[in-house]
Amino acid sequence: MDSTRSAPSVRAEGDTFSLYRSSRPRLRGRSGSVVSVISTLTVIAVGIAVLASPSAAAFRRGFLDVHQMWIAFIGDPTKGILSVGKGFLLNLWLSLICEVIVLILALGIATLRLSTSPVLLPFRVLAVAYCDFARGVPVILVMLWVGFGVPSLNIPGLSTQSPVVYAGFVLVFAYTAYVAEVYRAGILSVPRNQVQAARSLGLSSTATLRSVVLPQAVRNVLPALLNDFTSLQKDTAIVSVVGVLDAVHAAQIAGGVTFNYSGFTIASLLFLAVTIPLTRYTDRIMAKDRGRRLAGAQ
Amino acid sequence: MTAGTPEVVLRVDDVHKRFGDLEVLHGVNLELRANEVVCLIGSSGSGKSTLLRCCNLLETIDGGSIELFGHNLAHERIDEDLVRRHTGMVFQSFNLFPHLNVLDNVTLAPRRVLGRSRSDAEADAMELLDRIGLSTKADDYPDRLSGGQQQRVAIVRSLAMGPRLLLLDEITSALDPELVSEVLGLVAELAEQGMTMLLATHEMGFAREVADAVCFLEDGRIVESGTPAKIFEDPDEEGTRRFLQRIIDAGRL
Repeated sequence: MDSTRSAPSVRAEGDTFSLYRSSRPRLRGRSGSVVSVISTLTVIAVGIAVLASPSAAAFRRGFLDVHQMWIAFIGDPTKGILSVGKGFLLNLWLSLICEVIVLILALGIATLRLSTSPVLLPFRVLAVAYCDFARGVPVILVMLWVGFGVPSLNIPGLSTQSPVVYAGFVLVFAYTAYVAEVYRAGILSVPRNQVQAARSLGLSSTATLRSVVLPQAVRNVLPALLNDFTSLQKDTAIVSVVGVLDAVHAAQIAGGVTFNYSGFTIASLLFLAVTIPLTRYTDRIMAKDRGRRLAGAQ
Repeated sequence: MTAGTPEVVLRVDDVHKRFGDLEVLHGVNLELRANEVVCLIGSSGSGKSTLLRCCNLLETIDGGSIELFGHNLAHERIDEDLVRRHTGMVFQSFNLFPHLNVLDNVTLAPRRVLGRSRSDAEADAMELLDRIGLSTKADDYPDRLSGGQQQRVAIVRSLAMGPRLLLLDEITSALDPELVSEVLGLVAELAEQGMTMLLATHEMGFAREVADAVCFLEDGRIVESGTPAKIFEDPDEEGTRRFLQRIIDAGRL
């Protein structure tokens, strides 16, 4: 191999190739913007046509009636309509309390799953089983199971809790599994040589986890954690199925009284008012993180 | 310990190390006395890094023994954290903690491991950073520093623990050529101050100038060891000669 040091030829003689696309040139610049204006106008025209049709009027009356929305929002005790706005406060504080508990428990589950101590083996197996179960079963099923099942067991102390407690338990149960997996991915994303550097300085494995691994892990998965929080915030709506009076339940009642479903619309708007800013904030963090990584990689 | 013969800091005796079927170290013997600088040379995969990592218990050995400060590292009651507290290790890829600024990188171990107060640890860290001319970078995060600066901070981070032995694993191999000398300069300075060091390196010129002894490794064995003058100018072994010739051909000696 050493005797023939001449560079191998890259391409045989007469080997031709083209640099031209076979289809029409891509639309760019001025003709491109003309086309985008035309397509936008077409979509708007179709939209107006749909909204002007007779069925659209029924849709507007049933779902988009501003007066009905307002009544559902503030409630009307004389007609037995409960306030969707007040109900939404429950969705808010329930999601906040659950999120805090989830963040703490999930961290424990994640570190347990990643532990290597032989003593912890049975707990590792349990943690895996729990994560598989909690992520694999529909939340609404667990909600019905716990919300209706546990009170029927007549276990002192356990069966007499308020539905909000059951609902909170179910949300924590479901989301801890998801968030634990996010944490786990985050911990695994920290390079091994970071651990070695910390250990070589004499830091114990616990100190390494706390001071070196977790801060980097959480930073790496912050967007995913916020994503799950947004999702949890939304999923507080399922507490309505076990009779907790949240925004969705209140909207349901309003709809039953007035036969107008604009209450659902206002409930949706309330959820969106929280989740959209959260999502935008997550995007911003992701963009910032990307910028930081690119700056670090140069 | 008498004045003429400094204590043995590290004694490597017939050490074997396997990764699966691959035997990386085939019976390595080495002795390092206080204030000595020993350089391990040899091509990539010859076992230099593995040997260093075994001395710090980042790897466990499969045969033979390693004695550190007179204690066998294989003893069942050896506390790996205590071993590492007294032996600093610097890596090829710096491995500074990216989420901490330079000052916190240096003070983390003294605070967490030695339980020193923040102000104490920071005062010492600033003094060390000042010595390498980087005290103005104390508040910067590692990604704002050049590779050479990062590696010097990594060395200072080890020094902050007051180690009695420094293990340096090809610490200039990831650096742009023009940044190598600032790092090697710092190591040479430490050698002058009497720091005991075992280092794997590809910088032959540096090894020749600073090392008290040079060991040439090939296929997990120390093929030849001796003074730099002996190894670089008049090696006995054919393998050593071949290796040095390749280095000279590559224009690196």
